[in-house]
Amino acid sequence: MPAITNRFNYLFRSTKGLVLVAIAMISLVTAIWGTLSGPMVEWGVKDITVRLLGMRLVEAEREGRIIMLYHTIAMAVVAIEVYIITALVPMKGNERTRINGTITVGYITAMVFGLWFAYFGHDFVFHGLFLFGQSLVFFAGVMLAAALWPWKKEYRVQDPAYARGPGGIDLERAAFFTTAVATLGSTLFGAVPGSYFGNGFESFLAENVVREPHKSALQLAVIGHLHIMLTLIAVALALIVGRWLDFKGTLHQMAMPLLIAGTIVVTIGVWTVVPFEEIAHYIIYVGSVLVLLATLFLVIHGFRKLIHERLAEQGIQKASFWPGLSALLHDPLKFGALWQMVYMNFVVTFVGIFMAIRLDKVIRMWTAREERIVLTGHWHILSGIIATIILLYYADLIGLKGKARQWFGWLVILGSDLAFGAVTVFETKRLYVSESAQQPVVNWTMALADLGLAVVLVVLAVLMVWRLVDLFKPDGRWTKELAEAGPVAPVEEASP
Amino acid sequence: MKRAVALLACTVLLLCGCAAQAPVTPPPKIETGADPEAWARVPAGEFLMGPHNHKTLIDYDYEIMVTLATNAQYARYLNAALAAGKVKITDGKAVGYYPGERFHGYRHEKKIEAGDWLHVPLTDKELRLAFDGKAFTAKAGYENHPMTLVTWFGAKAYCEFYGWRLPTEAEWEKAARGADGRPFPWGNEIARNNANFYSSHDPLEKILGALGDTTPVGFYNGKTYDGYQTLDSPSPYGVYDMAGNVWQWTGDIYEGVHYRYLRGGSKADYGYDLRAWTHNSARPDYYSPNVGFRCVRQVSSKGGR
Repeated sequence: MPAITNRFNYLFRSTKGLVLVAIAMISLVTAIWGTLSGPMVEWGVKDITVRLLGMRLVEAEREGRIIMLYHTIAMAVVAIEVYIITALVPMKGNERTRINGTITVGYITAMVFGLWFAYFGHDFVFHGLFLFGQSLVFFAGVMLAAALWPWKKEYRVQDPAYARGPGGIDLERAAFFTTAVATLGSTLFGAVPGSYFGNGFESFLAENVVREPHKSALQLAVIGHLHIMLTLIAVALALIVGRWLDFKGTLHQMAMPLLIAGTIVVTIGVWTVVPFEEIAHYIIYVGSVLVLLATLFLVIHGFRKLIHERLAEQGIQKASFWPGLSALLHDPLKFGALWQMVYMNFVVTFVGIFMAIRLDKVIRMWTAREERIVLTGHWHILSGIIATIILLYYADLIGLKGKARQWFGWLVILGSDLAFGAVTVFETKRLYVSESAQQPVVNWTMALADLGLAVVLVVLAVLMVWRLVDLFKPDGRWTKELAEAGPVAPVEEASP
Repeated sequence: MKRAVALLACTVLLLCGCAAQAPVTPPPKIETGADPEAWARVPAGEFLMGPHNHKTLIDYDYEIMVTLATNAQYARYLNAALAAGKVKITDGKAVGYYPGERFHGYRHEKKIEAGDWLHVPLTDKELRLAFDGKAFTAKAGYENHPMTLVTWFGAKAYCEFYGWRLPTEAEWEKAARGADGRPFPWGNEIARNNANFYSSHDPLEKILGALGDTTPVGFYNGKTYDGYQTLDSPSPYGVYDMAGNVWQWTGDIYEGVHYRYLRGGSKADYGYDLRAWTHNSARPDYYSPNVGFRCVRQVSSKGGR
């Protein structure tokens, strides 16, 4: 019994265990549901999955199914961020336990019953449980926002190296708080119109309605909702990476106010899409620039720190370019998290800006399907980048060292960047190749994207199998991680 | 690590080498037995429209072409339209007059002014028509393939030349899925040999790669072509090619929108884009190797034209 109790405590009461469970859940969903689209359809794997698992896929319900799938994965990603935030940001132990417990029950309930409802026949009890699970995640968010309240005296900052507000308010904590509150509001921004107008039955994908000349409030809210939720997940992750790399100094003092202001402005901008679509985009641009600037400061700080720390380890006082570069690249996990933020600009931000400023002159000269490819590629890449940064963080969290750290880090970076680069070329192919001549470009880019994604997924699978095998060992790595968790120390197992 | 990088590079190069080449020879002439001159009657009545099956009434009978307009038909039309002065050749383009549309000034709306608009780009190497300066003919092997690289103006002009018109979106969808709410013309599920879509593995995909080429109209009629067994895939009203092969222009003009809507999916789209309610849109002067059309014509309620 202690064996089960200990493992349960590890998986559901320690940060490392909770993150592992959520990553494993997402991996499982990705492994199964990934066979239903893309090349897996071409290779006939979809048919096997559907037959084997007894999925009931009604053609008219494809959009609804996909929406539920996105939501279940998003809930787990949000849960991972919440676990990390509750571990990184000072708060009371009982607050941490309540938040983590609630969100865990919430995302697992939403994931299991949401996917069951969407893919295995429609039992509306399961749909209700899907909504209940999401409600729990929302409620956990409310508790998180309360726990992050930045004006609490005990969490004032004394160290001048960190950004402080009036009376020593921790501006980084305030940024976490702002992101949490903005996320809660943006959740309602999607949930309320979704329930009120559609009641969940007339689902549509945002990318399919972008050309509608008169969009309903529901359509605008849905488009806004998915954009802002992904943005806020990215903002929260940037804050997590900042804390991971001990972001401080002048850049920190400049970045935190920018991040807070940017988050507020971009969120209000997106909410404004419904009543004032014409001006909303300008507000969003302003907010986005502030957030991107703050992230740039984080990346500069991080790169400098990686170089200085490595050179100090090597005893080098002053280094030329190549030793400096070598020092920067020494730790692929920390470098990768920052690099992915830089790379995101090439494959997401710049593409998005190009789309916005050349919409009528270029993008809208193509068919709606071509525009849809750019849109879906755009946010799939952003989601993918977020996922890779989380994986790199997790690998560091569990103390991956030596060659394993190097192999894992570099394969995730190179594999994902190869895939995201190829997808970017694919989605923008109409800029440089006509429809009739596109086949070689399609073949190249798809092959490279599949190869890159396969590399990342194989590396992830190896990590997950390693952790699974470890769980079966009585003195596995998990026992140390559980011991480090503090309040939930392992229970002594009886000797055989 | 170096060996791993080298291995990765070799794999990438190998994969890139798999890229298919563009077609250099015309396809074999395939006789499907379909009659491109045939029409199918769609009776007045309600049907279920859109993904959410909204009951929609079309209170008149109409007829729709059983197959897509073919290259041979369009070549014949161009010759007649040239002779009648309805179409002219300018700078390597077949163009025709369009009276323009009311401009509402909506966001993203573009003006469609009166004047000559592109019907067919004659210099595009993908065009399956040949023009010797006097007359048009369909290129060998492509006679019974759907006419492509035709703009909305060109499709509309074709239909109107014969006293017909482009189908409205509702007419198109009803002709494609009947009244029972099915997503595909033939039923609820799509198999690879139901239609020509992305990676559907039709004979031309074996030659040209996953994107393939157009298949002759009425190809998916249950016949076997050189060992490739097709499923008979008409709509409930006996209309063929209502899913896949090429997108099809529809005739609706909506207020504040310069786009024209396309239905049916194409050889370059995944199966889900072949669902009858899926629509695509493009500027009316857009043309593509994946876009064609068919026409409808009115019939009296007593059954005569």
